[in-house]
Amino acid sequence: MKLTVWTYEGPPHVGAMRVATAMKGLHYVLHAPQGDTYADLLFTMIERRDHRPPVTYTTFEGRDLGEDTAGIFKVTCQEAYDRFQPQAMIVGASCTAELIQDDPGGLAETMQIPVPVIPLELPSYQRKENFGSDETFYQIVRALAAPMDRTPDVTVNILGPLALGFRHRDDIEEVKGLLFEMGIGINVVAPFDATPEDITRLGAAHANVVLYPEHAESAARHLERTFDQPYTKTVPIGVGATHDFVAEVAALCGVEPRKDLSRLRQPWWSKSVDSTYLTGKRVFLFGDATHVKAAARIARDEMGFEVVGLGCYNREFARPIRELAKEFNVPALITDDYLEVEKAIEDAAPEMILGTQMERHIGKRLGIPCAVISAPVHVQDFPARYSPQMGWEGANVIFDTWIHPLVMGLEEHLLAMFREDFEFHDEAGPSHHGGHAPKPVDAARTPDRVEEERVSEAQPETGSDVMVWLADAEMELKKIPFFVRGKARRNTEKFAADQGLHEISLDTLYEAKAHFAR
Amino acid sequence: MNTPNPITATTCRDTPVLKERGQREVFCGLTGIIWLHRKMQDAFFLVIGSRTCAHLLQSAAGVMIFAEPRFGTAILEETDLAGMADAHEELDREVARLLSRRPDIKQLFLVGSCPSEVIKLDLARAAERLTQVHAPHVRVLNYSGSGIETTFTQGEDACLASMVPVLPTTDQRELLLVGALPDVVEDQAVSLLTQMGIGPIRVLPAPRTAETPGVGPNTVFACLQPFLGDTAAALTRRGAHHIQAPFPFGEEGTTLWLRAIADEFGVDETTFERVTAAPRARARKAIANASEHLNGKTIFFMPDSQLEIPLARFLTRECGMEAIEIGQPFIHKGLVGPDLDLMPAGPTISEGQDVDKQLDRVRAARPDLTVCGLGLANPLEAEGLTTKWAIELVFTPVHFYEQAGDLAGLFSRPVRRRALLKLEAAE
Repeated sequence: MKLTVWTYEGPPHVGAMRVATAMKGLHYVLHAPQGDTYADLLFTMIERRDHRPPVTYTTFEGRDLGEDTAGIFKVTCQEAYDRFQPQAMIVGASCTAELIQDDPGGLAETMQIPVPVIPLELPSYQRKENFGSDETFYQIVRALAAPMDRTPDVTVNILGPLALGFRHRDDIEEVKGLLFEMGIGINVVAPFDATPEDITRLGAAHANVVLYPEHAESAARHLERTFDQPYTKTVPIGVGATHDFVAEVAALCGVEPRKDLSRLRQPWWSKSVDSTYLTGKRVFLFGDATHVKAAARIARDEMGFEVVGLGCYNREFARPIRELAKEFNVPALITDDYLEVEKAIEDAAPEMILGTQMERHIGKRLGIPCAVISAPVHVQDFPARYSPQMGWEGANVIFDTWIHPLVMGLEEHLLAMFREDFEFHDEAGPSHHGGHAPKPVDAARTPDRVEEERVSEAQPETGSDVMVWLADAEMELKKIPFFVRGKARRNTEKFAADQGLHEISLDTLYEAKAHFAR
Repeated sequence: MNTPNPITATTCRDTPVLKERGQREVFCGLTGIIWLHRKMQDAFFLVIGSRTCAHLLQSAAGVMIFAEPRFGTAILEETDLAGMADAHEELDREVARLLSRRPDIKQLFLVGSCPSEVIKLDLARAAERLTQVHAPHVRVLNYSGSGIETTFTQGEDACLASMVPVLPTTDQRELLLVGALPDVVEDQAVSLLTQMGIGPIRVLPAPRTAETPGVGPNTVFACLQPFLGDTAAALTRRGAHHIQAPFPFGEEGTTLWLRAIADEFGVDETTFERVTAAPRARARKAIANASEHLNGKTIFFMPDSQLEIPLARFLTRECGMEAIEIGQPFIHKGLVGPDLDLMPAGPTISEGQDVDKQLDRVRAARPDLTVCGLGLANPLEAEGLTTKWAIELVFTPVHFYEQAGDLAGLFSRPVRRRALLKLEAAE
């Protein structure tokens, strides 16, 4: 048993639902108790789909358990076929039905359903959502893809985009554009918007483009083995990766690596002097392996950040993430426990976090800016506007997204320069609120006095009650701009604690500053 | 000679119930934890279940999950399924770890799930054992919130019912209000009753374990929610007397609910009038404002929380709506009978669900407003139907006089929005 509050991934049958919901003309019959339909609202609310996921649940109840749950499954399966008339069906069990051992696949086989019925074995107590999607897509491809002649023109399949995928909708468009520029046609995009009939035609493509290894690697391997179709290993997130991707696809397909860079603004944005202040910003990366891998390269090579920690929650990709961490000379964090992630972030004391929805909240708690780079994400990261992560436009989107949470360079300098200005101290408030109008001076509450109160109030929050700030150190701390003061306080206290000190003097403050300086 | 004389239903109570079985589009009882843990401030809810259970709570709790909530899931792993003895040891270890990390916890609920029930993990025995281990500091109770046993709000019923046998015994004549309501609403109810001279008043669940009410043969209790059938039965078994009344939704519901209690405590008509006149007038006015857009509109309830019957009563009688179908996951006539009596026969009363067949009925009837869960709301909106998502009715303060306008507002907002939006190009 493992106590959990937050999970990065759902159970594997949710992965299967993501494949089914992405596709058209496919229906999923899930042997599951009442309540498991909660997963529908992930699709209708978070992704804002305008139709119900094509999933029928058997909804067995307690009183059915001693009787005929297998019979309920068969009736449900037949009714789902009759009502929805899909081109193919997938059948499987959720965690509870796995325990009652009804074998949906075997039961469906005994029925006279005139379309392919593909059984899924998803071990709910060992594996998770990403396994579920990868395995489901693999089983569908294995069952349906038939050998056939290659298309006369050069075409590829785009594999991996799913329902509830982080920016999958727009990544498809961007990658289609990259391929179009090279004169490569699209045979099938799957699972996103593909029908089972489309899946049967996968074999006609010359190669496969795998956008999300988490969801399509097993299928791509199968297609390589069975139909001799090579597949891409580079995920085109970031400028460098997109260049590599174009070269890789061109080589696989034997075409010219033509690119239209007219829309690509990220490199100039990053070179412009306004971005100088980004140099060496310490970032911590966490998310699914694919997005973390891509983000690490962008952070270092395209933004000039320093990566101070990285990790992923999907153990299936632990090995490549460990290698990546070695390359960046930081510890690899492979965990699905957000408390461990929070601990690692606290220890690394980054200036920015690139992570999932959960890291956004960790960032909020620790007062560290954060941008979202990976699922799981909430509704605001299924935007109405076009916002891919992949390709040239993706690079533009990523640049904007990552720097917005940071304090702009000029702003940072102005705040530091004028921090003791009589009109520009922390308590003055914004000028458009009339904060600068002369006020009757309340002798008991001068700004300094207010600040002192704030400092003493803030102290218990630091969690180091035994630490005493000497007067001169405290005065100096107050001169630090408010938005980094909390971090300076934490770092200094941590430094002092590591040194076995209980008092913080002016010297301690500056020794700590030197210690954490880069 | 007797000619066959068809018995025609006159109120919804006599209307034959359409009972359906099939796919249900509802939450399981685990979701009750999300509001119960806010109400019971020193309780922790530990679900013994699978990753699905954890994922459900996370999806249903939304942003609340980030606020260090007092609930969690002990996720069963492959090894727990292999041998039962092992599972108990594992549970003991996880509970000990949890309680050492959260010393403020006084009451721990082990919440059963579908997986724990299917493998017949004996949580009742575990709770007894753990109570002994952690006595006197922590009391450990158990109930089931599994989907195979409970639907949505029934989780609260199961939880409260599990507390009844261990409530201290008292011979005092006390009024016990049963059901977890937002504090602001509970305070209003207590204030109104106190002004009538009724008391002492206790609530179940109490905000803290130290304030746990007693129960005995002189206790009288009134339910604040229609889904508390098992809890009411358990209280009755301990000798308490149940005051039946329509539920306190809207001006009329609140008044009838208060009146039933006032009658039980012998409050005279003048006092009752004095206390209720002003808030009644306020409520009527607020409802009139908010229900302007609801008058004459039809409404269809998909089953969700068991609040459907009292809400339909409020909307038909006080907001001028016409109910087409009132679906409930479960109908406890002993509790909602008074509400059913107030509605003339007409709407279909359904219990249980076969969601595809029910959706066929929705599409055929094309109601002006459909009350349904979040898995159905957007798909129905896309079909051009206006929906009100039902879960909000459980989380938002909607009971009693001061919330009557807000309650009508929850239903009128989607109708008003539909009229407001001009998204197509002008012809």
